[in-house]
Amino acid sequence: MPEPVLSIKNIEAGYTPSLPILRGVSLDVFEGEIVTILGPNGAGKSTLIKAIAGLVKISSGTVSLEGRDITGLATHELIRERVAYVPQSENVFARLSVEENLALGTLHNPTQHASQRRRVLDLFPDLEHLGHLAAGKLSGGQRQMVAVGRALMAAPKLLMVDEPSAGLSPKLAQVVFAQLVQVKQTGVTILMVEQNARAALQISDRGYVMAEGQEKVHGAAASLLENPEVGALYLGAKSRMARS
Amino acid sequence: MEGGLSFLIFFLIFASFYSLSSLGLNLQWGFTGLFNVGIVGFFAIGAYTSAILTGPPYADTLFGGFGLWFPLGFVGAMVTSGVAAFIVGFVTLRLREDFLAISTFGIAVSIQLVALNFESLTRGPNGMYSLPRPLAGYFDSSTLDNLLYLIMCLLIIAGVYWAFERMVRSPWGRVLRSIRDDEIAAAALGKNVFAVRLQSFVVGSAVMGLAGALYANFIGFISPLDFIPIFTFQVFVMLIVGGSGNNLGALLGGLVVWGLWSGSDQLIASILPPTIQTQAAAARIVLIGFVLAVMLLYRPEGILRERRIVSREARLPNRE
Amino acid sequence: MIQFVADGIVNAALIALGAIGLSMTYNILRFANFAQGEILTIGAYFTLLVLGVLGFGIGAMGPVAFGWPLLASIVVAVGTTSIIVLIVDWLLFRQLRDKNASRITFIMAAFGVSLMGRNLITLVAGGEPKYFDFYIPKTFELLPGMKVRPDDLAIVAIAVIAFIILFAFMNRTSMGRQMRAVAENPTLARINGIDVRAVIRWTWIIGASLATIAGALLAHNTQLRPEMGFDMLLPMFAALILGGANNLYGTILGAIVVGLTEALAVYVGLSGYRAAVTFLVMIAFLMVRPQGILGEKE
Ligand SMILES: Nc1ncnc2c1ncn2[C@@H]1O[C@H](COP(=O)(O)OP(=O)(O)O)[C@@H](O)[C@H]1O
Ligand SMILES: [Mg+2]
Repeated sequence: MPEPVLSIKNIEAGYTPSLPILRGVSLDVFEGEIVTILGPNGAGKSTLIKAIAGLVKISSGTVSLEGRDITGLATHELIRERVAYVPQSENVFARLSVEENLALGTLHNPTQHASQRRRVLDLFPDLEHLGHLAAGKLSGGQRQMVAVGRALMAAPKLLMVDEPSAGLSPKLAQVVFAQLVQVKQTGVTILMVEQNARAALQISDRGYVMAEGQEKVHGAAASLLENPEVGALYLGAKSRMARS
Repeated sequence: MEGGLSFLIFFLIFASFYSLSSLGLNLQWGFTGLFNVGIVGFFAIGAYTSAILTGPPYADTLFGGFGLWFPLGFVGAMVTSGVAAFIVGFVTLRLREDFLAISTFGIAVSIQLVALNFESLTRGPNGMYSLPRPLAGYFDSSTLDNLLYLIMCLLIIAGVYWAFERMVRSPWGRVLRSIRDDEIAAAALGKNVFAVRLQSFVVGSAVMGLAGALYANFIGFISPLDFIPIFTFQVFVMLIVGGSGNNLGALLGGLVVWGLWSGSDQLIASILPPTIQTQAAAARIVLIGFVLAVMLLYRPEGILRERRIVSREARLPNRE
Repeated sequence: MIQFVADGIVNAALIALGAIGLSMTYNILRFANFAQGEILTIGAYFTLLVLGVLGFGIGAMGPVAFGWPLLASIVVAVGTTSIIVLIVDWLLFRQLRDKNASRITFIMAAFGVSLMGRNLITLVAGGEPKYFDFYIPKTFELLPGMKVRPDDLAIVAIAVIAFIILFAFMNRTSMGRQMRAVAENPTLARINGIDVRAVIRWTWIIGASLATIAGALLAHNTQLRPEMGFDMLLPMFAALILGGANNLYGTILGAIVVGLTEALAVYVGLSGYRAAVTFLVMIAFLMVRPQGILGEKE
């Protein structure tokens, strides 16, 4: 087995010390993969990504990047490690222009600005003529492109995206997924959180299913698609969502 | 002995003004999370209102000098300071919390200017003098007169304390705390957050106004110089030291901090030559500021912690 | 009649210079800095100190009653004031940030710092008014019925230059962009690799620099007292709120409104109530447009 790009071992983390949200989660992401984390609302998927990004305090367990321990790394150091993260909501600077948003992506590799910008605009040609516009004025799909585009400006080796299709129409969601496949083809490893299980697994190599702060099932994307346990967990989520 | 006793009574009367203001701030900040940077403004409104209502007519003012019975002065003080609080609160309580702080600060500055410049109402820098002292003249000893005034102050404090304790334990108080701890949750429970906050703010400020009236009628003379920002600062420190969210703490903080303050006053006056007393007074404020900073950093809950009166049933689980 | 416009604009320039720092701490550090006035005061006292050390008086530039000695002293004072402000942040506000203290705790701490600062100045420099230098103010008629002093024109020019530099910094440099990013979304800023600590340092430095300029010019125009900056606090807050708290251009616009309002108050004989009039205008404005002239709803 090659060394994983990202390896999470048995982490516990939460927003307050008294209430751990993640209770022993482990996960590996290998180079060139798209790995999707699935699970019902409130399962702790976003919390897991935030814990990796240093936004939530990890009380035990380790996070390592290519074998190096980065547990508890300050959030702003993450990008230096070439890990980019696109949060679930409020993931663009609405009052800054699209170009300014992109420029903030290359804070630590300013010399690459021109080449990375070219790469991002080739991937998202729609952004080309929107450059001077405030990002807050864009549509949901365009914002998502700005958010992912800004993350890619840093030339990351690992891209973490939290629910990229949230709030988008099914058609736009398909576009976003297709773009993520393109991103993968440029050599970026992707860790993604999704609610849209079927569509996400279709582009993924492997998946993990979380519930109640723990990882329940994991395996190849194709096998998860057929796994009845996953369906059960997922349907459980649906009914829970319906209640709340 | 007589001197010591009369000093003690005098000290406690002053401590009452502070403790009462601290109690008012506790309702606003300790229980509702509203921050008032203009305590001295509401205190001054109360003082001037009572002076105008109960005081004698002056040759150079156009309005006032009604010479009313003192309880009317006290009630009037609460009404005017409450109205002022209502106006700023109504405008700013829906906005970001700094706006309330800035506006209350504005009230304090503006009231100072009115006191200083609106001479036909306040006599400006000359101040208002010969204000009637309630309950005076029953004894031929001023110490006993003061004792009687102290008893009245203590009764008023006890009344306010009792009322506040009842209020914060009532369903209304529960809403208050749930707002302070989690505004979104309280709003989701269908509470009218704005109205409850406004009520708390107005009542707290009215109590500060009452403290101002007690002060004015005790001293018998007020001028704009009595109402400077240091007062606001002292009351903050009192509440923080005593423990915000705890009414007993608010009273205790008033007593303790006023004790340190006037004690250091005595010390400065007795051991330092007059030439450097101004500097010493400034140094003391710096020192008190330091105490505040240390409290904020290392013991923000104060001497007496907030008692957990309510269950947390008002909190919502699962917030994103 | 239009005299008050001239007076108001000078006023506005000084208020705006001071209020930029207020606006920056408000948006980036996220609290109303009640100690902003003392930054002006300390800046002015440092200027006085450096002037004394230099010993050239305040100089002159043609008809303007101050020249390079004052400007050089301000530059030095900008440095020392920034250092003081950074030390206070390090001792107090940084620790409150580390403890995740509430916004109210910050406000209270700032109020305490304000009071301490004023008294520390009294302690060190004495409470009596001071003057940079003796000079005879000259005036000339700029427009019919509008007398101005060359000094006032110089002050407005300095403010305009400062704002042009400021906006170039905010819009054209990486740090400026980072500051705007942190103002809008600190978490996303950190995710992007922005070191919020560096942004905070720049916030204090810029605010303190402009405040020092404001304080020194105000002291030159009037007199230097420990309360000088504190008396500017309400007008500065009013400028911030009137202009739209989350918009730097708005703060300048707000300062113009406040400056003109105060000058008008003086003109109609309400000079004693300047700050109170400002306060009433602010409250009235909040009722109709709480987000300010240029602000966006939060
Ligand atoms: N900022 C927060 N503070 C406290 N608790 C939170 C916060 N964000 C999420 N939680 C809690 O953590 C749990 C997991 O949330 P999250 O990781 O967002 O779930 P998911 O992304 O899987 O839907 C939920 O119970 C949620 O209420
Ligand atoms: Mg989530």
